[in-house]
Amino acid sequence: MTTAYTPELTEIKDAIHPALGKVEIPDFVSESELPSRDGDRVIQYREALREAMTEEMRRDERVFLIGEEVAEYNGAYKVSQGMLDEFGPKRIIDSPISENGFAGMCIGAAMMGLRPIVEFMSWSFSLVAADQILNNAPKMLYMSGGQWGCPIVFRGNDGAGGQLGSTHSWCVEGMFANVPGLKMVIPSNPYDAKGLLKTAIRDPDPVFFLESERMLGDKAHVPEEEYFIPFGRARVCREGDDITLISWGRPVHFCMEAAEKLAGDGIECDVLDMRSVRPLDIDSVIESVKKTNRIVVVDQSWPFGSVASEAIAQICERCFDWLDHEPVRVNTIDVPTPYAKNLEAAYLPNAERILEAVRAVVSE
Amino acid sequence: MPRETVYNAKIERIQILDEDGNFDAKLGKGLLTNEQVVNAYEQMTICRHLDEIAFKLQRSGRMGTYPQNKGQEANPMGSAMAMVKGKDWVIPCYRENIAMHLHGLPYHYILLHWMGDERGNQIPKGVNMAPLSVPIGTHMLHATGIAWSMKLRKEKDRAVITYFGDGATSEGDFHGAMNFASTLQVPVIFFCQNNQWAISVPREEQMNSPTVAQKALAYEMPTVQVDGNDLFAVYKATKEARERAIKGGGPSFIEGVTYRLGDHTTADDARRYRDQAELDAWLAKDPLIRTRKYLEKQGAWDDKKQAKLDERAQKIVTEIVRAAEGIEAPKTNDFFDHMFAELPEALRRQRDTMRTSSLGQDPSQIGLQGRSAPETVEAGR
Ligand SMILES: Cc1ncc(C[n+]2csc(CCOP(=O)(O)OP(=O)(O)O)c2C)c(N)n1
Ligand SMILES: [Mg+2]
Repeated sequence: MTTAYTPELTEIKDAIHPALGKVEIPDFVSESELPSRDGDRVIQYREALREAMTEEMRRDERVFLIGEEVAEYNGAYKVSQGMLDEFGPKRIIDSPISENGFAGMCIGAAMMGLRPIVEFMSWSFSLVAADQILNNAPKMLYMSGGQWGCPIVFRGNDGAGGQLGSTHSWCVEGMFANVPGLKMVIPSNPYDAKGLLKTAIRDPDPVFFLESERMLGDKAHVPEEEYFIPFGRARVCREGDDITLISWGRPVHFCMEAAEKLAGDGIECDVLDMRSVRPLDIDSVIESVKKTNRIVVVDQSWPFGSVASEAIAQICERCFDWLDHEPVRVNTIDVPTPYAKNLEAAYLPNAERILEAVRAVVSE
Repeated sequence: MPRETVYNAKIERIQILDEDGNFDAKLGKGLLTNEQVVNAYEQMTICRHLDEIAFKLQRSGRMGTYPQNKGQEANPMGSAMAMVKGKDWVIPCYRENIAMHLHGLPYHYILLHWMGDERGNQIPKGVNMAPLSVPIGTHMLHATGIAWSMKLRKEKDRAVITYFGDGATSEGDFHGAMNFASTLQVPVIFFCQNNQWAISVPREEQMNSPTVAQKALAYEMPTVQVDGNDLFAVYKATKEARERAIKGGGPSFIEGVTYRLGDHTTADDARRYRDQAELDAWLAKDPLIRTRKYLEKQGAWDDKKQAKLDERAQKIVTEIVRAAEGIEAPKTNDFFDHMFAELPEALRRQRDTMRTSSLGQDPSQIGLQGRSAPETVEAGR
């Protein structure tokens, strides 16, 4: 005989996580209602990140930033410049070199209602914290039967920063995106970086926020007014009928470069910046493929079991009959990131390789 | 029942040669001959010259980010001298140029590495060394594993030395390595180059313990703090640790107290976070200065010899740079060479087409058949 399971849980009524206090999920608006991307308030990608963190820290004192070199040094890549001066050492915290240590400690803090932003100098160094970030944070809510969530942001540089060698040039998305329970955001420009990071800090779940050392100096207009960009919504950067090109993070720029050149040959690309890969806005991709009937997916991580592979699998499952050509991936070469300049360049996706892929796909 | 003390501990510090060149004749008796000290002094001087040149190469765009060894030369020098080349293993971090050189890695390999070329890590045959390790702390476990294999194979008269910084002792890997080494009682020497800083984080923010050496107490490991700018003290401590290791006495810990006279790397500017006064105080403790003072007192060194040495060091360093820069840029196809013992078909195809996995899978599908691999990309470094 079985008895009904009626555990007495702590109050889980209005908030998912009892200890969290109020979770202020912002009201999201559609892309067209967001403030304009044009304007002359031109700032760097790193400043956009800083603004997002600073605004959220001013609003909510549960938010803090911890990592190696974030305080005194103003951030290894100057993302947190000036934040120690404003918020003091209790909220901008220089950590000992112990990624697994501070990642795990912050998971505990998040379970108790604080909202840590954990900066990894590089996502490459998050590998020594793998158990905490993959085996603990994304499963906390699940394993506690909904009792304990983990509102934490892990952020840092992802991808080849430029001759940093194979151990320091990880593109972690292919591997980490496989894990259920986490959200993963990879902005390609300052505007999105700010709007997405603000959303990430408000988000009640663990968010993996992947920046790129190569883009931190990129500049664009970022509006003064507050805005939030929801996860799982791709942005159409360029419209065209001949082929769909999708990417996220830095290679979006290579897609745009290739699309520009292809337009000269009369090939019009629909370019989608996915912005987040978990969740992945596959609906928008399918909508585009139904228009163009061809797709190339550009992903700066390794091909095997990559986000590109996943996107293509879903496309094949959902609109196979609409395709006039096999979907094609442009990934990095399947070797560790080379150290030598010429080899690194040959290894990464670039406009040339995208051009070649697109030409091959549209030529039939 | 009364409380009782169940464990007592103390940390010893060794200094034999102080910063004024005063020598503790009792502690240092019979330790090193003048010839050995002259040789060590020459090595340290050459290393210092190389460091200066490396810095300039980086500034002029001929080399990537480089971590200077400046001020810390006595640690790797004294310890590497106490280890046996060709027998023992050296598992370095990234601030041990001399130790790598003394144990057989040509200097131009080290430069080649920092110029952004993996081939600088291709340790020549017969040299017992792992490539230098930049992911902090991870290599200490490898060192322990290597020592373990020596023990399992009953290889007598061999030991391992591994180097790391003060900051690295915060990593979990450090504690894992220490615990394994101690429970397995393997012949490994943990050598901490305590240079007071981990980039901008000072030692006292990195840890609350007043010494690094005491961390080994928790693992019941013989441990000592030495003046890391004192060649004799470093040599003595390492020699004792090695003797203990090869006699089956297990691992040892050495904290070499020194100072990073330069920036963390060429990408850093330490003036932004540390006092000039602190730097000045340590400049006076420079291991090169005190070793020279010692030799002068011994009548084994003078200005003329110094001038000659500087000239020689310049020449050697010029040769090293020439050798490193003279090596052709790697070929694009090279990166497939060391992927697997035998290159799998999928990678072979990728090498031949240099295309993405999708396009490379079946070139005929997309009209690429018959097209050869694109020209190797050759770019100047
Ligand atoms: C796992 C990991 N985390 C962070 C870094 C970035 N990093 C490189 S050197 C360094 C400081 C190391 O300090 P210490 O161990 O004292 O060695 P030192 O540079 O002083 O010789 C840091 C944080 C890294 N390389 N690997
Ligand atoms: Mg240090």
